[in-house]
Amino acid sequence: MALADPGPTGRFGEYGGQFVPETLVPACQELERSFRSAWADPAFRGELDRLLSDYAGRPSPLTECERLSEELGVRVLLKREDLNHTGSHKINNVLGQALLARRMGKTRLVAETGAGQHGVASATAAALMGMECRVYMGEVDMERQALNVFRMQLLGAEVVPATSGSRTLKDAVNEAMRDWVATVGDTHYCLGSVMGPHPYPWMVREFHAVIGAEARQQCERHLGGTPDVVTACVGGGSNAIGIFSGFVDTDAELVGVEPAGGAAVGRGVPGVVHGMKSYLMQDEFGQVQEAHSISAGLDYPGVGPEHSHLASIGRARYEQVTDDEVIAAFQLLSRTEGIIPALEPAHAIAWLSRDRELLAGRTVLVNMSGRGDKDVAQMMDVLG
Amino acid sequence: MSDIPVAPAEPGALERTLRAGRDEGRKLLVPYLTGGLTVGGDHWLDVLSAVVDAGADAVEIGIPFSDPVMDGPIIQEASERALAQGATPLSILDEVRRADVGVPLAVMTYYNVAFRMGHERFASSLADAGVSAAILPDLPYEEVGPWAAAADAAGVETVLLAAPTAPDDRLPVVCARARGFVYAVGLLGVTGERTALAASSLEIASRLKAVTDKPVLVGVGISDAAQAAEVCAVADGVVVGSALVRRVLAGEGPAGAAAFIGGIRSALDA
Repeated sequence: MALADPGPTGRFGEYGGQFVPETLVPACQELERSFRSAWADPAFRGELDRLLSDYAGRPSPLTECERLSEELGVRVLLKREDLNHTGSHKINNVLGQALLARRMGKTRLVAETGAGQHGVASATAAALMGMECRVYMGEVDMERQALNVFRMQLLGAEVVPATSGSRTLKDAVNEAMRDWVATVGDTHYCLGSVMGPHPYPWMVREFHAVIGAEARQQCERHLGGTPDVVTACVGGGSNAIGIFSGFVDTDAELVGVEPAGGAAVGRGVPGVVHGMKSYLMQDEFGQVQEAHSISAGLDYPGVGPEHSHLASIGRARYEQVTDDEVIAAFQLLSRTEGIIPALEPAHAIAWLSRDRELLAGRTVLVNMSGRGDKDVAQMMDVLG
Repeated sequence: MSDIPVAPAEPGALERTLRAGRDEGRKLLVPYLTGGLTVGGDHWLDVLSAVVDAGADAVEIGIPFSDPVMDGPIIQEASERALAQGATPLSILDEVRRADVGVPLAVMTYYNVAFRMGHERFASSLADAGVSAAILPDLPYEEVGPWAAAADAAGVETVLLAAPTAPDDRLPVVCARARGFVYAVGLLGVTGERTALAASSLEIASRLKAVTDKPVLVGVGISDAAQAAEVCAVADGVVVGSALVRRVLAGEGPAGAAAFIGGIRSALDA
């Protein structure tokens, strides 16, 4: 199987859809039409490919982790999305959406951000293309990711705090949607994960499929085949879908790793919020629960609908790790490989470190979705 | 989209009441109140009675949701406070069931509340509580099928929203499926007060009146009596939410709510 086109209703099995206020329905429909046409247009694809190579630095390398492998007894390969321009995989999606927005005649981007990586990437693309950019960020996250707030401002974006609810990523999404409801004429909502209403989960996946396509080729060359396991952290799930898309038709086991305090697949039940039907942490009356994770980027009570589908058909499975396990993994990779990971992909390292005995002798490909510079100040407090 | 049932031809209680009012030459006034919200000892049902006595034709009761993406700061705050006071869909509907309101009621909430409880169970809970209609602003026409089937079966009218962004060919489709009334979204934006009536309010009302004979009520941004009267030059009526809820949050209680709604009633009747 390959990951499917969800069709006009935007369904991945029973998940997905387009649960948005009526005001936004025509905009979502227009976005779907525009994306379909752009994605089939060699000129658009060529321009995006050129930006991905000349501006973002693709292809990202595949790194064999010899010392970590020796320590864990598991052969570990990293797909180095941390080496992209702006420091994470987020740039793949943002360059695609900004090009598309320009093609649609939009002059302004709004975005939500958790850890700030998607916000920084959006601000970067807006600067590159001469567009206005406003980024909504939870007040709590603005504190713990002050460096990224400054980066966004330096790039010319306006950063607006989300002050309602849990004041984290969930609330930033609410604010971005409210902004878009009011500004839909000239504004594109540059959504940062494989979530939200159709066509976002599909479109964002397609923009990140380059991760899996490259990694598949790199593994063929390096291993002469495919890895036994492909793993990535999952908040909304964009970096995971990106790398899974290259291996879904192989025998590789696909493992998403969620924070224990934000485990939509692991602890949620189906629900509808932020435009999509998917697993969601909620109470018996459908009130969305607040997630709690050390990682601002994964501090989200929902998950992209295609992950709910992959979980329900058994093609991928989802593990949970605790903040303490993540902190240990953050140090482990830094110490053994000289790579300081972002707290988000440190979740994937934490899982394979914890389950190393079950994985003994196997080859595991980890999507290293971002670098840890943004987390250093927070970790100084934690480890200090 | 083949799974979207055709709306029953027979109007429900809300639509009958609104049509009757319109037939008498009356402009329709539907205040919105956040259910389960007690401020300064004033129970929300007392505020509800007060706005009915002040001339409401029907009342919208908000069942608070944790993530109200169509709502601005006032209704967000009211929702958060009601939830913090322990309001749940069942507690609100239980209070409604025991109240004697005298006008039709619609609940306004977000789709996950209905989805989580189950369509049939939520629809029958509304009917059991004497609620005529439901408004789910994040459930657009294309996604309404499974809920509408359950609501139709339970005799609950599903109000649909129509927005200024809709192309002309979309409006008749939405109107045909709407029951109770057609909720015309007055502007591009979320609920909240505005200093002047948006030109888009008159435009959307006029576009809708040209394609439907169902009552057309404009909501979102209707902030005072003058704006209500201005839009009712075209529309059949108005929904007034944030402007009323702000007064409730400020502790103005049933008397303040009645004075505000009474003022709009007088302007509409003038």
